[in-house]
Amino acid sequence: MSTRIEKRFAALKAEGRAALVTFTMSGDPDYATSLALAKALPKAGADLIELGMPFTDPMADGVAIQAAGLRALKGGQTLIKTLAMVRDFRKDNDDTPIVLMGYYNPIYIYGVDRFLVDAKAAGVDGLIVVDLPPEEDVELCLPALKAGLNFIRLATPTTDDKRLPAVLNNTSGFVYYVSIAGITGSAAPDATKVGAAVARIKRHTTLPVAVGFGVRNAESARAIAAGADGVVVGSALIDVLRANLDADDKAGPNLVKAVTDLVSDIAQGVRSAGKVAAK
Amino acid sequence: MTASQVNSFRTGPDERGHFGIYGGRFVAETLMPNILELEAAYAAAKADPAYQKEMDFHLAHFVGRPSPLYFAERLTERFGGAKIYFKREDLNHTGAHKVNNVTGQIMLALRMGKKRIIAETGAGMHGVATATLCAKFGLPCIVYMGAVDVERQQPNVLRMKMLGAEVRPVTSGSHTLKDAMNEALRDWVTNVSDTFYCIGTVAGPHPYPAMVRDFQCIIGNETREQMQAAEGRLPDSLVACIGGGSNAMGLFHPFLDDRSVEIYGVEAAGHGIPSGQHAASVAGGRPGVLHGNRTYLLMDADGQITEAHSISAGLDYPGIGPEHAWLNDMGRVKFLSATDDEAVAAFQLCSQLEGIIPALEPAHALARVFDLAPKLPKDHLMVVNMSGRGDKDLDSVAAFLESKKKK
Repeated sequence: MSTRIEKRFAALKAEGRAALVTFTMSGDPDYATSLALAKALPKAGADLIELGMPFTDPMADGVAIQAAGLRALKGGQTLIKTLAMVRDFRKDNDDTPIVLMGYYNPIYIYGVDRFLVDAKAAGVDGLIVVDLPPEEDVELCLPALKAGLNFIRLATPTTDDKRLPAVLNNTSGFVYYVSIAGITGSAAPDATKVGAAVARIKRHTTLPVAVGFGVRNAESARAIAAGADGVVVGSALIDVLRANLDADDKAGPNLVKAVTDLVSDIAQGVRSAGKVAAK
Repeated sequence: MTASQVNSFRTGPDERGHFGIYGGRFVAETLMPNILELEAAYAAAKADPAYQKEMDFHLAHFVGRPSPLYFAERLTERFGGAKIYFKREDLNHTGAHKVNNVTGQIMLALRMGKKRIIAETGAGMHGVATATLCAKFGLPCIVYMGAVDVERQQPNVLRMKMLGAEVRPVTSGSHTLKDAMNEALRDWVTNVSDTFYCIGTVAGPHPYPAMVRDFQCIIGNETREQMQAAEGRLPDSLVACIGGGSNAMGLFHPFLDDRSVEIYGVEAAGHGIPSGQHAASVAGGRPGVLHGNRTYLLMDADGQITEAHSISAGLDYPGIGPEHAWLNDMGRVKFLSATDDEAVAAFQLCSQLEGIIPALEPAHALARVFDLAPKLPKDHLMVVNMSGRGDKDLDSVAAFLESKKKK
């Protein structure tokens, strides 16, 4: 039983290029805009879509994603609505993988079992929950795997060879390598170091490795794509989204186009890295 | 499991940091290696008599321990019931119990070779204690403090700066203690290799709740000996205020297995529990996950953390230490609450009858003492943790009283 995520990475590997993974916050700045943006992302070149589940206290996020989450909450976004958004997305897209990313408390309060049933039914493929390290696998990771969802774990520069097996155990779909010790939206990583880190992770796993944190444009995406199976871009998209809000945080007329233009540009960067990653 | 089936309340947490369903290690992967390193370093230090000996030295000569157990004679007379004692943590150097924990953590940071100390603070007492120990040991110190708290606790901001610490006002979220903790965690994620995060209360990821408790247990251990010397027996009841709950845990823990001792924790009820504007996580919250641990939290139906309210910056936090959450569920500690109005009234009465200006935090505990004590017999021995002094709160209390006059 192969998931959308597994199929997508396998297909891109055959194509000989890295995946572009986009992160946007569900409900930012409102449900309709956020859904329209999500629907436009695959055409702009997103291979996998990460949708943020907003949380009041995102302890690993920088200012851009913190603000995005608060805008979404102010706009009335809830976990129930995030799942509804995935259902709406799935009405005309059955092959782009969707990963929900966020923090544990809203899921815990929704109820883990109920959440997994509803997420699966909505068309969610994987979960990234920032504050659930392997030490807390019984909470959500193991039930999610049992429910047929991928549980994608973050590996970081502080995850040494001794700890990597623990992090990779029970990880599925892909590994998200956080390229710097820091919060989202931090400075660009050194592409050479990232390549070496990806190679180190690959010594421990056959899963694809996507790299995030610090990717801001086509150039940095290309540099990272050359040494990884996927590139994640988030804060840079949210910065463009924010630049297209009015003084009351309402969406401007060009918001979706502005964000998808940057996605197209970054997608070109990823694709131009060519077949290096496949080797 | 119920209280009667438990052999001891003092054996937690388990090896994964759990007190029943509470506690745990809910942190980003970046921090996990550090948390495991800290756990190992603390276990090694705890087993090293030299570490304990050095800590005892600093606690005696720098902090000024033991703090007195003081008979509050005029308050006792006033209420005509229980004999009220204060454990005088307000007399510690830096003016609160916070320094007990900071001494332990900074000495651990030195052992671990960490070069940079970060802390979060609400009322500023933990920030001042951390800045103080960092000055003494020559370590750079960065204190995250909600912008709202920077405003209402100016004297402590000035103290921290005088001690050489950098105070970073936090303007994310609700600009108070929870946001300061988020910001400190973000700093730690970013500067993970050389930085020691000195958490101020019995919360956060394992091993912090247990470690901070251990450092604060000196309060209860001394109380036990001092009460034995003063009255020849154990106290009958203990009362302490609870924000995160470190002063309370320090007093309570050594007595948890003495079943004759009644234990009361007092949360901040702000404008009253029904108003929704309070900081009483047990009375008005439910179990959830935040800042590395599962515990009682204030939140909405979607699991979003709601803002706490209290006149006391030190209690203005939407959660509580996980061991307190467990002790509540087990029925070993009874949780009560006191409103802003009640705390300010207790603040005034204690100042005028005992010549002790309490911090607004223990004034919440005093507010409940004032209705517990009169109903108890004269031979009932009650200990209140006077966890800090109130100099820092004079402006807040004056402003509060002024605003009441206008109404």
